[in-house]
Amino acid sequence: MARSDYEAVIGLEVHAELSTKTKIFCSCPTEFGALPNTHTCPICMAMPGTLPVLNEKVVEYAVKAGLATNCEISRNSKNDRKNYYYPDLPKSYQISQYDKPLCENGEVEIETKNGKKTIRIERIHIEEDAGKLNHDDFGGGSLVDLNRAGVPLIETVSKPDMRSAEEAEAYLRKLKSIFEYIEVSDCKMQEGSLRADVNVSVHKPGEPLGTRTEMKNMNSFRSIVRAIEYEIDRQIDLIEDGGTVTQETLRWDDVSGKTFPMRDKEDAQDYRYFPDPDLVAIKLSEEYIENIKQGLPELPESRKQRYLEEYNLSEKDAKLITSSKYLSDLFEGAIKVCNNPKAVNNWIISDISRILNETEMEPIEIPFDSKQLGKLVVLIDKGTISSSIGKKVLTELFENPRDPEDIIKEKGWIQISDEGAIKEVVTKILEANPQSIADYKAGKDKALGFLVGQAMKETKGKANPQMLNKMFLEELNK
Amino acid sequence: MDITELTVHELQEKLANKELTITDITKAYVDRINDKEKDVQAFVTTLTDEAMKQAEEIQAKVENGEISGKFAGIPIGIKDNMCTKGVKTTCSSKMLENFVAPYDATVVEKLNEENIINLGKLNMDEFAMGGSTEYSYFKKTKNPWDLRRVPGGSSGGSAAAVAANMVPWALGSDTGGSIRQPSSFCGVVGLKPTYGLVSRYGLVAFASSLDQIGPITKDVRDSAMLLNLIAGHDRRDTTSSEIEKKDYTKALKNDVKGLKIGVPKEFFGEGINEEVKKKLEEAIEKYKELGAEVEEFSLNVAEYALAAYYIIGCAEASSNLGRFDGIRYGYRTPEFKDLKEIYKKSRSEGFGAEVKRRIILGTYVLSSGYYDAYYKKAQQVRTLVMNEFNKGFEKYDVILTPTSPTVAFNIGSKSDNPLEMYLADICTVSVNIAGLPGISIPCGVDSQGMPIGMQLIGNKFQEETILNAAYTLEQAIKFRENYKPQFKGGAN
Repeated sequence: MARSDYEAVIGLEVHAELSTKTKIFCSCPTEFGALPNTHTCPICMAMPGTLPVLNEKVVEYAVKAGLATNCEISRNSKNDRKNYYYPDLPKSYQISQYDKPLCENGEVEIETKNGKKTIRIERIHIEEDAGKLNHDDFGGGSLVDLNRAGVPLIETVSKPDMRSAEEAEAYLRKLKSIFEYIEVSDCKMQEGSLRADVNVSVHKPGEPLGTRTEMKNMNSFRSIVRAIEYEIDRQIDLIEDGGTVTQETLRWDDVSGKTFPMRDKEDAQDYRYFPDPDLVAIKLSEEYIENIKQGLPELPESRKQRYLEEYNLSEKDAKLITSSKYLSDLFEGAIKVCNNPKAVNNWIISDISRILNETEMEPIEIPFDSKQLGKLVVLIDKGTISSSIGKKVLTELFENPRDPEDIIKEKGWIQISDEGAIKEVVTKILEANPQSIADYKAGKDKALGFLVGQAMKETKGKANPQMLNKMFLEELNK
Repeated sequence: MDITELTVHELQEKLANKELTITDITKAYVDRINDKEKDVQAFVTTLTDEAMKQAEEIQAKVENGEISGKFAGIPIGIKDNMCTKGVKTTCSSKMLENFVAPYDATVVEKLNEENIINLGKLNMDEFAMGGSTEYSYFKKTKNPWDLRRVPGGSSGGSAAAVAANMVPWALGSDTGGSIRQPSSFCGVVGLKPTYGLVSRYGLVAFASSLDQIGPITKDVRDSAMLLNLIAGHDRRDTTSSEIEKKDYTKALKNDVKGLKIGVPKEFFGEGINEEVKKKLEEAIEKYKELGAEVEEFSLNVAEYALAAYYIIGCAEASSNLGRFDGIRYGYRTPEFKDLKEIYKKSRSEGFGAEVKRRIILGTYVLSSGYYDAYYKKAQQVRTLVMNEFNKGFEKYDVILTPTSPTVAFNIGSKSDNPLEMYLADICTVSVNIAGLPGISIPCGVDSQGMPIGMQLIGNKFQEETILNAAYTLEQAIKFRENYKPQFKGGAN
């Protein structure tokens, strides 16, 4: 039977770490990358007698996320305990939300190759992150780092509305961009501040849904796409061979490109959810919700529209730039400095995007700021440097960001636009290449290009190319 | 004058008129502990040396005017489930045998601010689970009235230490009667405040929605004074209420004229010891003489509350005690081959039988498939119990019951029968289930000379009403003046 007879059904549970300054139940910093257990206190280490106090910012951020994804916001919500034992979970329960999440029944629109599609969101709830186990570093044992324990998360659960890896990727990109825009999460996938659990099943359209498997804690678009594609194939093969899919949690292995069952069968766990008696119910007023709604920033869709109208960008370019808040902010910030949207657009969609792709870097990791990019454009516009030097400056900005003006001074990249200096170079090149003069006079226009190239080489690319061209022509036509 | 016989307000007077110094007082208590602790065994940790040193420092500071305050230099004892920075907090468990918290409980902070001196940490049933203090991992505390009997529990160390004059007053905690029942058994005054009046921050949790810290004292005035010190909103405990600060001693008017007292007949039925019943009836008569309006009524909550209590309390405990996993602090089994064994062996070896019994019960009632039948239903019963009490308080200012169906029982007589032990809480648990304030005061002794306790229950945040009612009876019957612990049955 053909593979195309099957339909994949995919749902995502996306965990986003909130970018609050402090943890969800204590005042420890949430910052990533500190020495192990330095961002901890008796509360997030679950010392006996300590009590959680809910960080109000966490509620605010979750409500923001809910409003930005068209959710209904619960006026009455609560925290529940999810009980299980693991060394990275100091209380032996995670404070989460069970039957009364803060946000429910939302939706976002994605673009697929068949046009626009709506993905429904079942719920968004708040919870605390667990710590981290460091294995093998110290004589084969495991050491617990609780810096991340208590970092606030929102978990966004989609309905099983996606039908392909491509749709799942588009949905995740959409969520990521929304969370970035409303500034509730920095969504750094490498640092684990955005990660997804992926549910996949296959069935034949018209027949009941198949048994699903779950892949946990995926944190790159590439592995998510590969894992989904692999898992769809695996399930179809299994069914075609007369087998049945088992409901289980799988681990995606990026190296072998395969999924493996996790040793601990999570499905056998009974989390014994119950309302956390240490925390009072969360009650939100209409006014509170309305205030957050009013304060929501411009979302990607409307920014894109504005770029089309205000800056005359192409649909494709505007979409690429607004897909990430960081690119979009870079664009707008640079324009403020150089007032040349076209040039900034070109830098972003060509050279900057290329470097991001090549280095697998996320826009948020771009090390230079919008002012520096704007300045680069200004230097080219003023003729201080050529655009080929500009590319070198950009590379330099990625490696060691600083004022582009300092870079070109330091590197001696300032364009030679002095007529005397240009003339000197032109004379020198002409003297060294009599054959080219002869070729040119014989009607071979290509010789001019060769001579200009030689002059650029001589000046290490610093000579003003327009002036060179003009002066060679004058000399040759004498 | 025996200093240790004095109440705290009497000590304050003698300090104020320079009859006594701070060091005199602490010295007297240290001597008393050295004399009586071997018989009573109320302490898990004594801080006698530290207390003497502290007393001298505070004395010096008071003399040179550096500090003032009516409580400076008054000693106290603290139940060993409240965290004390730098001093072990064991919960009378092997699990926390060597646990030293790097922070103070909010109540302890408040005592420290007043320069109150901690004489030591008091014994209890392990993790406050029990009604006799026999479930302590370390020792069995004896009842100062009769050393062959239990002091009650779980705050048995606190009540016995106050009764034996080893501390002038103490802090206890009450989840289902753990302040009131041992106070009743030891002939002292125990107050469980309204849920939310006192911060739970730093109290090692047993059942979060039921636990409250409260005073165990020699008389009602001391109870009101200690409540003044510990009550109040704490931003570290979101379940603590934001109600205005009061001076509870102002409520002690020695007047109950027109006070409406309801006596629920269900609390005087089957299972209540006849002598207990008789003393309670005398107290009721006394109230009538003093001008209160006493009326019998029906309050059908006790047995339902008891069932709900053991479900909710165990459910919360099973989750609260999950953190004792041998990973970060507390007992860890010396030998294990994998993670599962660390958990299994550390918890099997670190917890006592009663704690394990409640964890298993609590885990069971929260399991999927059983949640609705047990936990959810218990919460519904809880609402019904609150409603029943609310109806009672529409008619009465105070509800009067026995604190316990019996006087203190013999050591070992119930410890192997958990169900019978659970029934000892029958009069007190409904108060925790409804989140109300309750006070136990002694109202007489039985034919064996064992104290009998009376419980007064008030509406939410009406501590003043029950304190005044208790105070008025106390002034009328003069229990402390008439009866003293005899340390019967001791080796010497």
